[in-house]
Amino acid sequence: MIGLLLDNRDLFITGFLHTILLFVLAGIGALVLGTLLAAMRVSPVPALQLLGTGYVTVFRNTPLTLVFFFFAFAYPRLELIDVSFFTRAVLALAMYTAAFVCEVVRSGINTVDVGQFEASRALGFTFTQTLTTVVVPQAIRSVVPPMTSVLNSLLKNTTIAAGFSVLEAGQITPALSERGAPLLIGMFWIAVGFGILVVPLTVTQRALEKRWSVAR
Amino acid sequence: MTSALYDVPGPRARARNRVFGLLATVGIVALIGFVGYRFWATGQFESTKWEWLLYKDLQLQLIAALGATLSAFVVAALLALVFGLLFAIARLSQRWWLRTPAFAIVEFCRAIPLVVMIFFLFYAAPQTGLTLGVFWSLVVSLTLYNGSVLAEVFRAGVVSVPRGQREAAYALGLRKGQVTRAVLLPQAVRAMLPTIVSQLVVLLKDTALGFLITYQELLYEARYLGGLAEFGRPIIPTALVIGAVYITLCTALSSLAGHLERRSRRSGRALPTPDVRLVTAAELAT
Repeated sequence: MIGLLLDNRDLFITGFLHTILLFVLAGIGALVLGTLLAAMRVSPVPALQLLGTGYVTVFRNTPLTLVFFFFAFAYPRLELIDVSFFTRAVLALAMYTAAFVCEVVRSGINTVDVGQFEASRALGFTFTQTLTTVVVPQAIRSVVPPMTSVLNSLLKNTTIAAGFSVLEAGQITPALSERGAPLLIGMFWIAVGFGILVVPLTVTQRALEKRWSVAR
Repeated sequence: MTSALYDVPGPRARARNRVFGLLATVGIVALIGFVGYRFWATGQFESTKWEWLLYKDLQLQLIAALGATLSAFVVAALLALVFGLLFAIARLSQRWWLRTPAFAIVEFCRAIPLVVMIFFLFYAAPQTGLTLGVFWSLVVSLTLYNGSVLAEVFRAGVVSVPRGQREAAYALGLRKGQVTRAVLLPQAVRAMLPTIVSQLVVLLKDTALGFLITYQELLYEARYLGGLAEFGRPIIPTALVIGAVYITLCTALSSLAGHLERRSRRSGRALPTPDVRLVTAAELAT
């Protein structure tokens, strides 16, 4: 079993490196875009609220495979800036995941009791002070667990890029079958690899939860 | 609720918000306009690219593809509900030889990416003599993954039923099986119905992964239609049409979830609040 891993280590190493790269880049993109969208959705400007809501509705109800499909086959037809498929895969993942990040952030803000806002305003805090010293510290506690599961599924979703031939971990299977290697064992190692990748995420989540768990 | 974030706007804030609103509207219109312009400039609105919608054969093919998506969805959804129910009960069992393997299977199926599971069943399983074919590779993977998530949802629902319910049922002389069946599960399912339906939306979206193993569902059809040279390879129009179909199907299911949530809230009875973390985890996934 180890033999297969060592014989095809080039495949496994490039595969998992690309998975990690896709995950990190798309994760950063999704967090930034998702937070912006959440800010739009809670803003007092109706046009921005509408844009935020529309974006979330469209992307939450579209299969990620279709988003990939669009970026893989339809995007080049629009003759916009020509970018590599890897970049387009990052875009597809980031745009899709942003909708979920937005919902997590928004519901995090909503879990903070209205009385907290009112009390801080009664104490004469400005909007920025209210947000940074009262709301965000409380919201972040309830945001961490669901945000970790968003990132977790983002990690798993990177495998969809395999179907559109980006060289990441999911692509190892077809490549192995081309080399005539036993797939069962190959699959086993891929599953192990994903297990290893998920562990740091879960550990971070547990640690943060423990540190921040304050009885409300 | 978020209205508490801001003060009630005074005259200056209202004027400022109007300016922001105007700028945002201009921005949005410009964005849509730019996308529309690119579509127009690359000829996506030409009639030849949309003519395929008028052919009866292609319409029938499209309906067949929709049927393929829906049949994979219905079969997998039913199986996943059964799987979830069985494994939830097994995980709550007092017998360790039921509880431990159920826990291991559920955690394992939730941890590996769905694509890897589908590829495994489609490419690797035949090497061991287990040939499932496209449809069943997809349906079995969807069942295992979503069934495991549903098992966790059911379990969280049962755990969230107030303890007094169980104690009262035992005090009335019901057996363990009867307590679970007649008292705990009905309440758990009711509390978790919105989450269960949103997980089914996830399942519906995930049927699109069948495209990767050439299951002839909506996306596969879009790829085929998008490659037809006689219509100028209308990949963008077909992607738009299929996207609209998916969004319609999913919003219909999601609005059902919203309706159920509102109804259960309206009924006034204090329902146990489900574990927030589990709910969001279930809503996500692919």
